[in-house]
Amino acid sequence: MGAPRSYQTQAIIIKQIKLGEADKILTIYTPEFGKLKAVAKGACRPRSKLGGNVEPLTYSLVLLAKGRNFDIVTQSQTIDGFLALKSDLWRMACGLYILELIDSFTMEHSENRPLFDLLLDTLHQLCQADSSEIILRYFELHLLQYLGYRPQLQQCVNCDSPLKPVVNFFSPGQGGILCPRCSGKEPMSRLLSVDALKILRFWQNCDYTIAKRVKIKSELSLELEQILQWYIEYLLQREVKSTAWLKELRKRIIS
Amino acid sequence: MAFTAEPVARAIEEFNKLPGIGPKSAQRLTYYLLCSPDEEAKALAEAILALKEKIRLCSVCLNITDCDPCLVCQDKERDHSKICVVERPLDILPLERTGRYKGVYHVLHGVISPAQGIGPEELKVKELLSRLQDSSITEVILATNPNVEGEATAMYLRGIILPLGIRVTRLARGLPFGAELEYADDRTLGQALEGRQEF
Repeated sequence: MGAPRSYQTQAIIIKQIKLGEADKILTIYTPEFGKLKAVAKGACRPRSKLGGNVEPLTYSLVLLAKGRNFDIVTQSQTIDGFLALKSDLWRMACGLYILELIDSFTMEHSENRPLFDLLLDTLHQLCQADSSEIILRYFELHLLQYLGYRPQLQQCVNCDSPLKPVVNFFSPGQGGILCPRCSGKEPMSRLLSVDALKILRFWQNCDYTIAKRVKIKSELSLELEQILQWYIEYLLQREVKSTAWLKELRKRIIS
Repeated sequence: MAFTAEPVARAIEEFNKLPGIGPKSAQRLTYYLLCSPDEEAKALAEAILALKEKIRLCSVCLNITDCDPCLVCQDKERDHSKICVVERPLDILPLERTGRYKGVYHVLHGVISPAQGIGPEELKVKELLSRLQDSSITEVILATNPNVEGEATAMYLRGIILPLGIRVTRLARGLPFGAELEYADDRTLGQALEGRQEF
């Protein structure tokens, strides 16, 4: 007997692309195997038993059969459909943004259990709370950490001296903070306020329930967003497409 | 392809560009046409040319048409106070097949898809809004697909149409005929319950 021909796993559906007449290629994120691509046959048909269970932003239990190129989804049952997320335009946009980040940063078949837990936790958090901006920033910060890009926020990345409570500089190339003395040596660096640094340090070492207690003003929130997205885009070497949609929605909410 | 005559090689190459047609199918189609009567091949060539020369977008509903405005928009019998918004021209066909809808359409030519960088500007939303300036319009039916992207588009449109004082409705969601409860997903079943009707 060879290896078993089918296996079961939990999965968060990240993306789907239509394939042929009625099939879909799913990109799923699993705790045991990391990111996978699998085919959901007939999922576009109204009577498909997979249909709603394999939509993006769904946490499902799936049974996969080994296939030649892609594995094939043979059964699927929703564990959590994140309905609160799907019935609100803003929250849905936040959810799609974090899915895009996961998809962009991960490779297929590379297991990362903490990242799976973070993703699942974040989707749950987005369903409950109003503090979606904090949740997004917390997610970005910890995503970077679990991928090996944890920003160094304690000492200067150049001279190792402890950082003082003054305006410092963030350098995406060095992956952390530069003290004012070293900032001249790195042309690609940006100012980082004392408050922003404090919050990033605080978030780096706490869980969601505590992270959400922080009250931040809109300017500080914007600063944190810009710094983290700058770092993310530096690492990806391209822009994250969903951010345009988030910005557009934010404008509409304000107006 | 040194042994193939140039026109044959060209036809194979062109067929090969079509979706779902691989090199072998392209060869088979080419040789089929080669052996078929002249009229058949000509009819196909003319049909393809006409597709590109005569077809354009209806200036009202943006459906593909050979006459402007399209037959649906011209039809005086239809109810022009109701607009059904669909993603693609193909979506109109099943709606027409039901024979239940007598209003007119609006084709968005896509859906909001943040991960692909497609926002409302890339869709025919502006055209829809300018149609809605007409005070005779009483209802907009959002018939985008019931998936994440279709839903995002519908929610976005609701947000901008409701302030105009026009009734916004969405196609109902429920169980398809011939389905089994066992396989229904929670969301569909939940909505089927909420939207249950007197029997």
